[in-house]
Parts: sequence; C-alpha cells; structure tokens
Amino acid sequence: MVAIMTKSTVTSQDEKTAFVRDEKGEILPVVENFYKFCSERKLMGVKCKQCGALIWPPRGICPKCFAKTLEWTEFKGKGKLLTYTIIHFPPSRFQALAPYAVGILKLEEGPQLPGMIKNVKLEDLRIGMDLQVDFETALPKEWPRWPRYFFKPAS
Amino acid sequence: MGTPIASIISAGISKFGVRDGLYTRELFVEAVREAFDRCPNLDPKRDIEALFVGMMSESYEHQAHVAPLLADWVGLLPVPAFRTEAACASSGVALRNALCGVGSGMYDVVLVGGVEKMTHFSTTGVTDVLAMASDFPFEQWHGITFPGIFGMMAVDHMHRYGTTEEQMASVAVKNHEHGALNPKAHFQKRITLDDVLSSRPVAWPLKLYDCCPRSDGASCLVIASPKIAKKFTDTPVQIMGSGQAQDTLSLFDRENFSSMKVTRLAAQQAYSMASVTPKDIDVAELHDCFTIAEIMAYEDLGFCEPGKGGKLIEEGATYLGGKIPTNTSGGLKAKGHPVGATGTAQACEIYLQLTNQAGKRQVAGAEIGLTENIGGSASTGVVHIYQRGD
Repeated sequence: MVAIMTKSTVTSQDEKTAFVRDEKGEILPVVENFYKFCSERKLMGVKCKQCGALIWPPRGICPKCFAKTLEWTEFKGKGKLLTYTIIHFPPSRFQALAPYAVGILKLEEGPQLPGMIKNVKLEDLRIGMDLQVDFETALPKEWPRWPRYFFKPAS
Repeated sequence: MGTPIASIISAGISKFGVRDGLYTRELFVEAVREAFDRCPNLDPKRDIEALFVGMMSESYEHQAHVAPLLADWVGLLPVPAFRTEAACASSGVALRNALCGVGSGMYDVVLVGGVEKMTHFSTTGVTDVLAMASDFPFEQWHGITFPGIFGMMAVDHMHRYGTTEEQMASVAVKNHEHGALNPKAHFQKRITLDDVLSSRPVAWPLKLYDCCPRSDGASCLVIASPKIAKKFTDTPVQIMGSGQAQDTLSLFDRENFSSMKVTRLAAQQAYSMASVTPKDIDVAELHDCFTIAEIMAYEDLGFCEPGKGGKLIEEGATYLGGKIPTNTSGGLKAKGHPVGATGTAQACEIYLQLTNQAGKRQVAGAEIGLTENIGGSASTGVVHIYQRGD
C-alpha cells in the first residue's frame, strides 16, 4: 500500500487533480483520492469486482469477501438521515461554527457516511429526512488538503 | 464456574480528580505504593516479572515511551514493560495482555495498571486529544467529537426504543450518589435529576452532567498465577473470564447505533469462559463515559432486554441495594475518567467489593463481579469476570 498522506505522492503541477496512482496508472482506492474526487464535486466509493459489494470509504481489500479487485463507482449523493446530534462543544478547528449539526446519511446505494448538516434549522432535524451531499469549494492550504463534503436538504 | 486464568493478589488506586502539580509518573507511583502496601508478602523486586500499563495519549505531557519510565519510577527495572493504547480501554486491554502473560505460563507475577494526566489541559484541548481516537479523515475532519458520537447513539436509542433524557440523567444521579461514598472519587457530591437536565448542552441530547469529567489518576493490580496466589494473600480475587472484540473505528459504518457489538461479543466470551450468566453477576463496573453508554451496556451485557436499559435505571435496579448494582465506585461519571487508568480502576473496585474492603459502598455478600471497558466509539470492548477467591 502506498503512503497516502505524504506530499511526495503529489507530482503533477495541478495538485487538485494529481491522483495517487499505481504503477499501471490506475487511480488507487485510497482516502486521498476520495477527496481529490470531492474537489471535482464527485462522491465516490468503490465496488468489489468479485462480490459486487459497494464500499465506502474506498480501500484496498473488500471487507466482505477479501478480494483485492475494487473499482471506483460514483454515488448520486442522495439519502436519508439515520441519526444526528448538535455539537455545542466543538474541537478547535470548528470553534466558529458551533452549535452545528452532524449526522450519518444512508445513501440510496446503501453505504453510510458521516458529515456536517447545513442549511437545516437545528429544530427541524428529523431522523429519516431526505438529504443530499454537496461540496465545499475552498481547498485547505495546508495538509490535509481535503475539500469537505456536507449534507443539505434534498432539492 | 470455570477455572481461574489468574488471581488478583493486590490492587491500588490513586485519588482521582484535579491533581495539580502531579504528573503521570507520580500518579502511577501513588497507585502502586497502595498496592504494594496492601500485600506485605509481596517482594516487588523479587516477585514481579513484568509491567503492563495502559495510557492513551502522549499529547498531555509531551511524553511517549512511558513503559520504561514507569517501570523505573516504581523500582521494577529491568523487567520487561509494555504500554498499550486503546483509547479509553487502554488499561482494560493491558489487563487482558497481562492475563495472556500469566495464563501462558510466561510469568508468575506481574503488575498491570493505567494512568492519565489530563486536567492541566483546557476543555478544548482535551476534546482535541480525545478526538484523535475517532477517524481523522471522516469524523474529526467533519467536526464530529466524542460527545457527538455518543450523542448520535443516544438519538438513535431514543428514536428506536423511546429512551428519555430523564432516564439518561438518572444514570448520572445514581453514579454521583455512589461516588459520594468513595473517598477516592473525583466528585463526592450528590446531584439531582434537575441538575443534569438543566446543565449546558454538549452534544444534544447529552448535557454536561451526562458526560464524565476529565480527571487525573492511576490504578493498578498485582496479578499472579492461581497456583501460587495463596503464597501472597489469603483473599485473592480470581479472574474467571476475559473477552475482547473490535469494531469499526468510526460509528457510521455500523448496522445498529443503539448497541455496542464489542461489548456483546466480549461479554459472550467472558461469560462462556467463566461458565456464568448475567443473572450470576452481583456487582459490575460499566463504562459510563456518557450516560447513554451505561444504558446500552445494561442491554449488551444481558442485564436486561435490548431497549429496556432506560427502564432498568428507572426502576432503581442498578443502585446499591438494587438487583444488580453498577458503578458502585461512582463510575467514570463521578469517580472520574483519567482515560488510561479506567480499565484497571474498574477492576480495583471489583477487587475491593469481592474482598469486603469497599467500605460504605460495599455490596453485601458479593461473590461474582464484572467489568466492561470500551475504547473510542466502542471500537474496542473488554469484559472481565471475577470471583471471590478466599
């Protein structure tokens, strides 16, 4: 497995699109590349070529059947809220945002992902509500240069 | 009952709380001195063959490689020393590793403990350090804190089973009532349901008094092979069962946010090894990092049906004098939660209970005890079962 979090893996002039690739040039199923896709406004996971499982976050071994053949697949980004909470005591990076809501979204395709919920009044949060994934445009200046995805009401 | 894996021949615990000016090494020494004093037949230099210690974070004191440091400070050099990190289950896992050492025949007598120094950090500082035990790219990166993770479990439990904020608050009230009877506890003060319900929100529906405090403290046990335990004491406590399991580091990928799979699996292993059932347990120390975690533990350990944990506390079954008293020490909530110290501190309380040394909080006639220690979002779970050995 390549080291996915070091600057040395980024070689292209345009860091935003410099995916981490294997020796054949294939985009590796790693966290860094998940966030590279986010900067292209794509919510990506992987599909196991052997058992067909859809897996998120992307990784190199299928946790269902142990196969090592996984291919990228794009999710529509629509789903239902499984659970949530409202954070009043945030970590230092998020001091300015509190109170804010975070939750776990179950995508229509099946995988579940955690994230911040925006554009919903805190008192209007409900388990089962329809949300969709959107992406922040700002790219952090320092490691980790991961543009955040977030959840907002389904249009 | 099955056969014992190892025997606790002594135990020690520091005062928990804000211990200004005392750091990891001194807190650990305080716990170890008590354990050595309690067992006059033990000659530490001659008898102890290894040290196992749990500690979560180097960040608090800018201090890593604590195994040789602590072995030195308690006078055990040059015995092998091992430090384990499993977030809040660090010393629960250290205990299990120590049992592997004794149970395999590698060692006859070992010291196992845990320690954490936290209170010189601000709330935000501690929040940041604890958050390191959640998934960095997918939880920390999106502003999810540990209270937030347990807040999401609580919301699910309320939605699925109708558990109420009052039931969760009752766990804090009970544990403070027990903590008031423990002179080593961080908080020795009773609180009311209203105190909990009106405290500041931390991660809705969890409020400040639903959350355990940050504390300084240390704890330890001396454990020996059962065949030689009586050389050291007439009243050993036998460790009869041990279980450990892991789950996803993050909460999001689980089927059920209202249940801790690691606790269920670790408990099944420990019950089976000890040949006991949940009905046989007389006293238990549970991992109440947040009140909802104690309610889920009741269910996952089989003290009640899934979804009935709120009812169990409401009925008072887990109070001292109840059907199954839990967290007689005050639990993480009132005794305090110096993260790395908690696993072996739970075992210390059961040792005191099963040797009739628990003072005002003694459960009369307690024969069989249980500890449940979880790490992170219940990504690690460790369960141990103990029996009186006299």
